[in-house]
Amino acid sequence: MACFIVPAAEAVIVTAARKVIERKEKKENLLSVEEGNTTEVALEEGHVEHNFSHKMKWLSNLLWGGSVLLAFEHFWHGEISLFAPFLTAASNAADTKVMLNEMATVGTSMAVLITATWGVMLGVSKALENKANKEADPEEV
Amino acid sequence: MTLLITVFAAAIVTGMWYKNAPNDSLNLNFLMWLYWGASLMWFVDAIFEYVELRDAFFTPAVADMINDSFLGLSVVAFGLVLWVIQLLVKDPKGVLVKKSNTVKKESEQK
Repeated sequence: MACFIVPAAEAVIVTAARKVIERKEKKENLLSVEEGNTTEVALEEGHVEHNFSHKMKWLSNLLWGGSVLLAFEHFWHGEISLFAPFLTAASNAADTKVMLNEMATVGTSMAVLITATWGVMLGVSKALENKANKEADPEEV
Repeated sequence: MTLLITVFAAAIVTGMWYKNAPNDSLNLNFLMWLYWGASLMWFVDAIFEYVELRDAFFTPAVADMINDSFLGLSVVAFGLVLWVIQLLVKDPKGVLVKKSNTVKKESEQK
Protein backbone atom coordinates (compact mmCIF):
# COMPACT_ATOMS: atom_id res chain seq x y z
CA MET A 1 0.00 0.00 0.00
CA ALA A 2 2.80 2.37 0.88
CA CYS A 3 5.70 0.14 1.89
CA PHE A 4 8.16 2.10 -0.28
CA ILE A 5 7.78 5.14 1.99
CA VAL A 6 10.02 3.57 4.68
CA PRO A 7 13.03 3.02 2.34
CA ALA A 8 12.32 6.42 0.75
CA ALA A 9 12.49 8.07 4.20
CA GLU A 10 15.77 6.23 4.86
CA ALA A 11 17.02 7.44 1.46
CA VAL A 12 16.36 11.07 2.47
CA ILE A 13 18.25 10.61 5.76
CA VAL A 14 21.17 8.77 4.12
CA THR A 15 21.44 11.39 1.35
CA ALA A 16 21.52 14.21 3.90
CA ALA A 17 24.12 12.38 6.02
CA ARG A 18 26.22 11.69 2.91
CA LYS A 19 26.24 15.37 1.97
CA VAL A 20 27.50 16.30 5.45
CA ILE A 21 30.21 13.61 5.41
CA GLU A 22 31.22 14.55 1.84
CA ARG A 23 31.68 18.17 2.88
CA LYS A 24 33.74 17.07 5.87
CA GLU A 25 35.92 14.84 3.68
CA LYS A 26 36.44 17.63 1.18
CA LYS A 27 37.54 19.87 4.01
CA GLU A 28 40.07 17.31 5.09
CA ASN A 29 41.42 17.21 1.54
CA LEU A 30 40.61 13.55 1.18
CA LEU A 31 39.09 13.96 -2.26
CA SER A 32 42.41 14.36 -3.99
CA VAL A 33 42.00 11.81 -6.74
CA GLU A 34 38.99 11.78 -9.02
CA GLU A 35 38.79 9.02 -11.57
CA GLY A 36 35.69 9.01 -13.75
CA ASN A 37 32.68 8.21 -11.59
CA THR A 38 34.84 6.69 -8.89
CA THR A 39 36.29 8.95 -6.28
CA GLU A 40 39.17 7.41 -4.48
CA VAL A 41 41.50 8.51 -1.77
CA ALA A 42 45.14 8.38 -2.72
CA LEU A 43 47.03 7.16 0.31
CA GLU A 44 50.38 6.19 -1.12
CA GLU A 45 51.44 5.14 -4.56
CA GLY A 46 49.41 2.07 -5.53
CA HIS A 47 47.29 2.21 -2.35
CA VAL A 48 43.63 3.05 -2.83
CA GLU A 49 40.59 3.21 -0.61
CA HIS A 50 37.10 4.46 -1.45
CA ASN A 51 36.06 7.26 0.86
CA PHE A 52 33.02 6.70 3.06
CA SER A 53 30.78 9.27 1.36
CA HIS A 54 31.31 7.37 -1.91
CA LYS A 55 30.26 4.14 -0.19
CA MET A 56 27.23 5.86 1.31
CA LYS A 57 26.20 6.78 -2.21
CA TRP A 58 25.77 3.06 -2.96
CA LEU A 59 23.20 2.84 -0.17
CA SER A 60 21.35 6.01 -1.17
CA ASN A 61 21.31 4.87 -4.83
CA LEU A 62 19.82 1.48 -3.91
CA LEU A 63 17.20 3.11 -1.67
CA TRP A 64 16.23 5.83 -4.16
CA GLY A 65 16.23 3.43 -7.11
CA GLY A 66 14.01 0.91 -5.39
CA SER A 67 11.69 3.54 -3.96
CA VAL A 68 11.15 5.20 -7.34
CA LEU A 69 10.28 1.95 -9.13
CA LEU A 70 8.07 0.78 -6.28
CA ALA A 71 6.28 4.12 -6.31
CA PHE A 72 5.61 3.46 -10.01
CA GLU A 73 4.21 0.03 -9.12
CA HIS A 74 1.94 1.55 -6.47
CA PHE A 75 0.77 4.15 -8.96
CA TRP A 76 0.07 1.29 -11.40
CA HIS A 77 -2.10 -0.43 -8.78
CA GLY A 78 -3.95 2.82 -8.03
CA GLU A 79 -2.51 3.08 -4.51
CA ILE A 80 -1.01 6.50 -5.19
CA SER A 81 -3.01 9.41 -6.56
CA LEU A 82 -1.83 12.72 -7.95
CA PHE A 83 -3.99 14.63 -5.49
CA ALA A 84 -3.99 14.93 -1.68
CA PRO A 85 -3.77 12.78 0.43
CA PHE A 86 -1.77 11.10 -2.42
CA LEU A 87 -2.09 7.66 -0.82
CA THR A 88 -5.54 6.22 -1.50
CA ALA A 89 -5.31 4.15 1.70
CA ALA A 90 -5.05 7.36 3.72
CA SER A 91 -8.60 8.35 2.79
CA ASN A 92 -10.25 6.18 5.46
CA ALA A 93 -9.25 4.94 8.90
CA ALA A 94 -9.55 1.20 8.22
CA ASP A 95 -7.28 1.33 5.15
CA THR A 96 -4.86 3.65 6.95
CA LYS A 97 -4.44 1.05 9.70
CA VAL A 98 -3.63 -1.66 7.13
CA MET A 99 -1.24 0.71 5.35
CA LEU A 100 0.63 1.58 8.55
CA ASN A 101 0.87 -2.11 9.43
CA GLU A 102 2.32 -2.84 5.98
CA MET A 103 4.81 0.00 6.32
CA ALA A 104 5.91 -1.34 9.71
CA THR A 105 6.39 -4.90 8.45
CA VAL A 106 7.12 -4.99 4.70
CA GLY A 107 8.53 -1.45 4.45
CA THR A 108 10.88 -1.87 7.40
CA SER A 109 12.03 -5.27 6.12
CA MET A 110 12.82 -3.70 2.74
CA ALA A 111 14.91 -0.98 4.37
CA VAL A 112 16.68 -3.56 6.56
CA LEU A 113 17.47 -5.88 3.62
CA ILE A 114 18.87 -3.03 1.52
CA THR A 115 20.98 -1.78 4.42
CA ALA A 116 22.21 -5.34 5.11
CA THR A 117 23.10 -5.75 1.41
CA TRP A 118 25.04 -2.50 1.62
CA GLY A 119 26.82 -3.86 4.70
CA VAL A 120 27.91 -6.91 2.70
CA MET A 121 29.07 -4.60 -0.12
CA LEU A 122 31.16 -2.63 2.41
CA GLY A 123 32.79 -5.86 3.61
CA VAL A 124 33.56 -7.06 0.08
CA SER A 125 34.87 -3.62 -0.90
CA LYS A 126 37.17 -3.52 2.16
CA ALA A 127 38.48 -7.01 1.38
CA LEU A 128 39.19 -6.02 -2.25
CA GLU A 129 40.94 -2.84 -1.13
CA ASN A 130 43.09 -4.78 1.32
CA LYS A 131 43.94 -7.31 -1.41
CA ALA A 132 44.89 -4.53 -3.85
CA ASN A 133 47.01 -2.78 -1.23
CA LYS A 134 48.69 -6.06 -0.29
CA GLU A 135 49.59 -6.70 -3.93
CA ALA A 136 50.90 -3.16 -4.29
CA ASP A 137 53.07 -3.38 -1.19
CA PRO A 138 53.39 -6.98 0.10
CA GLU A 139 55.99 -6.14 2.77
CA GLU A 140 53.95 -3.52 4.60
CA VAL A 141 50.74 -5.54 5.12
CA MET B 1 7.01 -12.14 -12.55
CA THR B 2 7.66 -8.48 -11.76
CA LEU B 3 10.54 -9.54 -9.49
CA LEU B 4 11.94 -11.98 -12.06
CA ILE B 5 11.82 -9.47 -14.91
CA THR B 6 13.49 -6.79 -12.78
CA VAL B 7 16.22 -9.21 -11.62
CA PHE B 8 16.93 -10.18 -15.26
CA ALA B 9 17.09 -6.49 -16.22
CA ALA B 10 19.43 -5.77 -13.27
CA ALA B 11 21.74 -8.69 -14.16
CA ILE B 12 21.90 -7.73 -17.85
CA VAL B 13 22.65 -4.07 -17.07
CA THR B 14 25.30 -5.09 -14.52
CA GLY B 15 27.00 -7.26 -17.15
CA MET B 16 26.95 -4.39 -19.64
CA TRP B 17 28.31 -1.99 -17.00
CA TYR B 18 31.09 -4.40 -16.01
CA LYS B 19 32.12 -4.91 -19.63
CA ASN B 20 33.15 -1.26 -19.93
CA ALA B 21 34.07 -0.59 -16.27
CA PRO B 22 35.62 1.60 -14.94
CA ASN B 23 34.63 3.66 -18.00
CA ASP B 24 30.89 4.33 -17.75
CA SER B 25 30.18 6.91 -20.43
CA LEU B 26 26.55 5.75 -20.71
CA ASN B 27 25.90 6.10 -16.97
CA LEU B 28 24.73 2.49 -16.80
CA ASN B 29 25.35 2.51 -13.04
CA PHE B 30 22.18 4.64 -12.76
CA LEU B 31 20.09 1.82 -14.24
CA MET B 32 21.95 -0.77 -12.21
CA TRP B 33 21.11 0.85 -8.85
CA LEU B 34 17.52 1.43 -9.96
CA TYR B 35 16.88 -2.21 -10.90
CA TRP B 36 18.84 -3.81 -8.03
CA GLY B 37 17.13 -1.56 -5.47
CA ALA B 38 13.71 -2.49 -6.81
CA SER B 39 14.67 -6.19 -7.05
CA LEU B 40 15.67 -6.30 -3.38
CA MET B 41 12.46 -4.58 -2.34
CA TRP B 42 10.27 -6.88 -4.43
CA PHE B 43 12.17 -9.84 -3.01
CA VAL B 44 10.97 -8.81 0.46
CA ASP B 45 7.47 -8.37 -0.94
CA ALA B 46 7.69 -11.90 -2.40
CA ILE B 47 8.75 -13.37 0.96
CA PHE B 48 5.75 -11.79 2.71
CA GLU B 49 3.49 -13.02 -0.08
CA TYR B 50 4.93 -16.54 0.23
CA VAL B 51 4.33 -16.54 3.99
CA GLU B 52 0.71 -15.60 3.32
CA LEU B 53 -0.01 -17.87 0.32
CA ARG B 54 2.43 -20.76 0.83
CA ASP B 55 2.10 -23.25 -2.07
CA ALA B 56 -0.33 -21.04 -3.99
CA PHE B 57 2.53 -18.56 -4.39
CA PHE B 58 4.18 -20.86 -6.96
CA THR B 59 0.99 -21.57 -8.89
CA PRO B 60 -0.41 -18.17 -9.83
CA ALA B 61 -3.40 -17.79 -12.12
CA VAL B 62 -2.50 -17.14 -15.77
CA ALA B 63 -4.28 -13.77 -15.72
CA ASP B 64 -2.23 -12.70 -12.68
CA MET B 65 0.99 -13.81 -14.37
CA ILE B 66 0.19 -11.83 -17.52
CA ASN B 67 -0.70 -8.77 -15.44
CA ASP B 68 2.50 -9.08 -13.39
CA SER B 69 4.62 -9.56 -16.53
CA PHE B 70 3.04 -6.49 -18.06
CA LEU B 71 3.85 -4.55 -14.88
CA GLY B 72 7.43 -5.90 -14.86
CA LEU B 73 8.03 -4.82 -18.44
CA SER B 74 6.48 -1.43 -17.72
CA VAL B 75 8.78 -1.00 -14.72
CA VAL B 76 11.81 -1.82 -16.89
CA ALA B 77 10.58 0.64 -19.54
CA PHE B 78 10.00 3.32 -16.87
CA GLY B 79 13.56 2.76 -15.61
CA LEU B 80 14.90 3.10 -19.15
CA VAL B 81 12.99 6.35 -19.65
CA LEU B 82 14.45 7.75 -16.40
CA TRP B 83 17.93 6.63 -17.53
CA VAL B 84 17.57 8.36 -20.92
CA ILE B 85 16.38 11.57 -19.25
CA GLN B 86 19.33 11.67 -16.81
CA LEU B 87 21.71 10.74 -19.67
CA LEU B 88 20.52 13.69 -21.74
CA VAL B 89 20.55 16.04 -18.75
CA LYS B 90 24.06 15.01 -17.58
CA ASP B 91 25.34 14.52 -21.13
CA PRO B 92 28.54 12.73 -19.97
CA LYS B 93 30.06 12.63 -23.47
CA GLY B 94 29.27 16.33 -24.02
CA VAL B 95 27.49 15.48 -27.28
CA LEU B 96 24.65 17.95 -26.82
CA VAL B 97 27.03 20.74 -25.78
CA LYS B 98 29.23 20.10 -28.83
CA LYS B 99 26.19 20.05 -31.09
CA SER B 100 24.79 23.30 -29.69
CA ASN B 101 28.22 24.95 -30.02
CA THR B 102 28.47 23.81 -33.66
CA VAL B 103 25.00 25.22 -34.42
CA LYS B 104 25.99 28.46 -32.69
CA LYS B 105 29.20 28.75 -34.73
CA GLU B 106 27.36 28.03 -37.97
CA SER B 107 24.75 30.71 -37.26
CA GLU B 108 27.52 33.19 -36.37
CA GLN B 109 29.34 32.44 -39.64
CA LYS B 110 26.16 33.07 -41.62
